[in-house]
Amino acid sequence: MSTLVELWVYLSGSPLLWLTATLVAYLAADAVSAATKRHPLANPVLIAVILVSGILVITGTAYPAYFAGAQFVHFLLGPATVALAVPLFRHLPQVRRALIPMLVALIVGSLAAIISAIVLAKLFGLDRMAMLALAPKSATAAIAMGIAETIGGDPALTAILVVLTGITGAIVVTPLMNLLRLKNYAARGFAAGLTSHGIGAARAFQVDPLAGTFAGIALGLNGLLTAILVPVVLKWVAD
Amino acid sequence: MLAAIASLFVCQLAGETAVRALGLPVPGPVVGMVLLFTLMLMRAPLPAMLGDTADGLLRHLSLLFVPAGVGVVQHLELLGNTGLRLITVVVLTTVIVLAVTALTFEGLARLMNVGDLESGGVKKPDGGRPE
Repeated sequence: MSTLVELWVYLSGSPLLWLTATLVAYLAADAVSAATKRHPLANPVLIAVILVSGILVITGTAYPAYFAGAQFVHFLLGPATVALAVPLFRHLPQVRRALIPMLVALIVGSLAAIISAIVLAKLFGLDRMAMLALAPKSATAAIAMGIAETIGGDPALTAILVVLTGITGAIVVTPLMNLLRLKNYAARGFAAGLTSHGIGAARAFQVDPLAGTFAGIALGLNGLLTAILVPVVLKWVAD
Repeated sequence: MLAAIASLFVCQLAGETAVRALGLPVPGPVVGMVLLFTLMLMRAPLPAMLGDTADGLLRHLSLLFVPAGVGVVQHLELLGNTGLRLITVVVLTTVIVLAVTALTFEGLARLMNVGDLESGGVKKPDGGRPE
């Protein structure tokens, strides 16, 4: 028994354990997603997060100890973002053709994201701190947290809302687009990336390479535009 | 493979440096993406495996959000007693923004006769399972 405890103490202190747990949980989640033919509800991010969180609760592991291992996976978000240039270059002809619809949808969508968050926050009687945390939630986490900080919101709360928006969009996008009878994968992907940043883009890449490409463009452009628009819109509608 | 990974890192590093030096309001990796895209447009000599490496990373983009997602679950108490209302607002705005964005895009694409954007070509037969 004591050797088992010693083994646990040794393993739980090394990055290997939680790095492996993250990879294995994702592979299991991805297998479920594949087995359900990529059903939107079988979202691999959601399943893997639930699996890992369950293990952390059972083993009484704190998040910093987990992140010491998982950070190697988290780190790859940077290079993956850079890698978005590759599908963008490959689909350049389609992107050029769709340039104007794309840019108009960017402005309309970005404004819709900020205004709907502020208006709904008021409608539901949420306080100003909640409203400030909600306003930038469609931007990618790093940008959204930066915006929250500059407008006096809570970056930690914003980070949570960003991830929730990401997972919600990744689950909702396919059934919603089918309901709207939208078959244009550029439009579907662009909406997924604009609304739900990287997690939406991950879903889009799962469905179709063109959708993924437009999702990648949307997440880059909307991150930038949200940073510009949130302070302006707040001044304009918040009071 | 190694050269391809290195080129992604170099672009990211250059992006991070530019963001810090110029005080840009975007994350370094986004600037890195613009840089790599510019290099590709200029037909700069890039590692042959760059395409495969990028595909490999992007195929498992979902994996990369797992650590952040776990962090969110661990800090759900930050939502406080307004949690249910916050989540309701998130779901509603997400649906609204998805619909508004896609309908605007599609409406204009039709109006301007942009042409077939229905699919990005050959889908992976197994839906992109890991190897």
